[in-house]
Amino acid sequence: MELFDLALIWAFIIGFGIIMYVLMDGFDLGVGILFPFAPNEQARDTMMNSVAPVWDGNETWLVLGGAGLLAAFPLVYTIFLPALYIGVFLLLAGLIFRGVAFEFRFKARTSRYLWNWAFAGGSTVATFAQGAVVGAYIQGFETANGVYVGGALDWLTPFTVLTGLGMLAGYALLGSTWLILKTEGDLQQWAYRITTPLLLGVLVIFAIISVWTPFVDDLVRERWFSNLSVIWILPVLTLLCAWQIFRSVRNRSEGMPFVATMGLFIFTYLGLLVSRWPYVVPPEYTLWEAASAYESQLFLLLGLLFVIPIVLAYTAWTYWVFRGKVRADAGYH
Amino acid sequence: MELDPLLLSRIQFAFVVSFHAIFPVFTIGLASYIAVLEALGFKTGNPVWLKLSGFWTKVFAVVFGMGVVSGIVMSFQFGTNWSNFAQASANFLGPILSYEVITAFFLEAAFLGVLLFGRDKVPPGIHLLSAIMVATGTFISSFWILSANSWMQTPTGFELRDGIFHVTSWSEAIFNPSFPFRFMHMALASFLTGSFVVAGVSAWYLLRGREVEANRKALSMCLWLLLFIAPAQLVVGDFHGLSTLEHQPTKVAAMEGNWETSSNVPLLLFAIPDQENQTNHFEIGIPSLASMILTHEWDGVVPGLNEVPREEQPPVAIVFWSFRIMVGIGTLMILFALTGLVLRAGGRYWRTPWFLQALRFMSIAPFVAVLTGWFVTEVGRSPWLVYGLMTHAEAVTPSLTGGMALFTLIGYIVVYAMVFSAGVYYLMRVLYVGLEGSEQEHDLESDRPMRPLSATHVPFEYDEGNESANADQPATRGGH
Ligand code: HDD
Ligand code: HEM
Ligand code: HEM
Repeated sequence: MELFDLALIWAFIIGFGIIMYVLMDGFDLGVGILFPFAPNEQARDTMMNSVAPVWDGNETWLVLGGAGLLAAFPLVYTIFLPALYIGVFLLLAGLIFRGVAFEFRFKARTSRYLWNWAFAGGSTVATFAQGAVVGAYIQGFETANGVYVGGALDWLTPFTVLTGLGMLAGYALLGSTWLILKTEGDLQQWAYRITTPLLLGVLVIFAIISVWTPFVDDLVRERWFSNLSVIWILPVLTLLCAWQIFRSVRNRSEGMPFVATMGLFIFTYLGLLVSRWPYVVPPEYTLWEAASAYESQLFLLLGLLFVIPIVLAYTAWTYWVFRGKVRADAGYH
Repeated sequence: MELDPLLLSRIQFAFVVSFHAIFPVFTIGLASYIAVLEALGFKTGNPVWLKLSGFWTKVFAVVFGMGVVSGIVMSFQFGTNWSNFAQASANFLGPILSYEVITAFFLEAAFLGVLLFGRDKVPPGIHLLSAIMVATGTFISSFWILSANSWMQTPTGFELRDGIFHVTSWSEAIFNPSFPFRFMHMALASFLTGSFVVAGVSAWYLLRGREVEANRKALSMCLWLLLFIAPAQLVVGDFHGLSTLEHQPTKVAAMEGNWETSSNVPLLLFAIPDQENQTNHFEIGIPSLASMILTHEWDGVVPGLNEVPREEQPPVAIVFWSFRIMVGIGTLMILFALTGLVLRAGGRYWRTPWFLQALRFMSIAPFVAVLTGWFVTEVGRSPWLVYGLMTHAEAVTPSLTGGMALFTLIGYIVVYAMVFSAGVYYLMRVLYVGLEGSEQEHDLESDRPMRPLSATHVPFEYDEGNESANADQPATRGGH
């Protein structure tokens, strides 16, 4: 009866949207995480300027992600949010503080240190919460009849703390390689110096998570060790990316570390997805069970196909209006 | 004491949505005002228009920024606190809210960058277009969100299967019966808010003799606009009420404080509703007027609260008084518009101190009217969340405990108190520095597009050296 498997199409759209959000907001959150460790106040100015033009647009994708989930996979929306109730609050509070810090820090003089903390603290809390969401997803949710029935802090386990820390290290790495790309002089040298230790941190945490994950869930264990051995290509590609980061930092290449870090994220993300496919609310519900009504998915998809090209066109146009190099010392004072 | 997650969620929702609501009503009105100023500047080439538009764009940037951060919270509230409702209504609300993001939020975000930072980067015509696009975006946004809200008030175009709403007709669901009235009423409310704030601020500058020519023009524009939209709001409000009478008679009964269905119902000016005993105390009213307004006959029959069982009645006192405050303010607005017209004779409207003082205080009135208006609408429909189909109690997240809800409620109050007091404080600073500030501006922002608040160059802290010039020497400042 139904012509296309819309749920599948929507799974690709949402999956794509999530990785877009992670990569785009990831590096600007990462810059926030590194903020307190910057060599000096002038470096902080530069760091903030480097992400200032883009962070706002990046967050609109998060809003689209929320609304899109409600539209296409309501079960995900209505189980994740109650289950992660406290975590979602922390995420939003972090994003609010960070968002206003961007605006007020440049205007502040004596109270500037406060906005520094708001920026760093907000970014750190928001990142940790996102990492914990990933961990909670691997862990699965306690549900009955399509409703979350677990407790308030079920999501906070040693495993999710570890994924939270992993996300912190990962975003920090995205941040530092972004700074390599966008800055010069002392700040860039500093970014080069911290990238290798950060990479090591990421690898250690990712390794622990990978070893731990099969024990958290049976399905994953089965996937990894029996029928789907092709899966092993993904960790191999991830390691290749890591090696590439290491090498390009030693060669003082400017663009490669950032590109390779994005690759690292993409392959890890794909690994996560195939381990769990097609469960979107583990361990119970697949993407077909979580989908909204066919006519609702269709109604939105038609609009999306028509509107998104227009959105991309005028977004590209505004970027073109403001093309050119970001000045490091754009005097704000 | 047992903490009730339902009550706490309702308080939390009312808190975050009320907080969010006051920013959009202002930005919607102001965006259109800025577009008009830009158009006037473009057509006449008179720098006064661009000066005004430059100044109000700064105010806009700050308010818009706060609208964005408080709005992000809203889009997650449905899932965190009202997950049963979200699940039941996702087939309709999901696509509607997503359409809002793709047709409005991206449009606003993209063109805002050009409006705020692009004056020297794009031709004047394109800059004007950006202003128009931002204003259009705010209206598209209110179109979708008010459609969603109106559908919850007067649901149509759906079929209920296994507790889940399935849309059978998108056009009937989107253009549900209360939507046209609510959209018009809200659009006018936004224009009223914009006008009274601009008028109030201009009046304050005029009292201090600052930038007289520009502020006089601004005040004059506002007064002309008010002359049309303040009475129009009364008319639209009346139609809105008639539609409510048709679809939600209990709400109207609460608005009128009418306990028993009867004819010749008086219009109550004052009363203390007593839910316990289902009656009013200290009634003062105009005989038969409510019947006349609602049915257009002096002896028309108006439904009373006794039509529904006690537990399906909304809290009457809140609805009754909120409605009176809103309509009272609406009437006051008409009075102000008429006074402005009278004072126009001999050009006294910008030189009459008591009038200017009164306008200053009126600038908060529209916000009060908007909030009380929403209280009428939202409290008046309780206990229903989706009218007649789903109650608040059925909608709340099952796994939510009182402790969790209390934690986030306190959390949001603390976060908002900190962030928004900083925002409002900063807004005051922008207003204080005033139009004169725009002259010292140089374009350092060129490389930093798309960030609402950074369109202003006013420093965050009070700075002695700079402001005393504006504050203490109005005479030297004004009149050029
Ligand atoms: C009549 C107008 C109106 C009403 C009733 C609401 N909003 Fe709103 N909202 C707007 C009009 C608006 C706006 C004018 O379009 C804003 C203000 C600042 C902005 O960026 O857009 C906005 C911003 C805004 C944002 C941030 C957008 C961004 O990132 O750019 C979100 C997520 C929401 N809103 C969501 C909601 C939800 C879930 C609401 C109801 C429960 C709601 N709004 C009520
Ligand atoms: C923007 C201005 C708005 C304001 C000021 C406002 C105000 C309120 C208030 C005060 C309540 C509490 C009623 C009570 O507890 O009895 C409420 C309830 C509610 N409103 Fe609105 N509302 C607004 C817009 C909306 C919109 C646009 C939607 C939907 C898209 C909406 C959805 C709800 C829901 C779900 C509830 C039930 C939760 C509760 O009872 O607290 N509201 N609103
Ligand atoms: C002048 C006389 C006015 C009348 C007769 C009037 C009438 C009404 C009625 C009947 C409702 C409730 C509709 C419902 O819940 O079904 C309402 C809601 C509302 N009013 Fe008014 N109103 C007036 C003035 C104003 C003014 C001056 C403002 C703001 C500047 C305002 C803002 C609102 C808002 C924001 C709502 C809630 C949203 C909605 O349901 O439209 N009103 N009004």
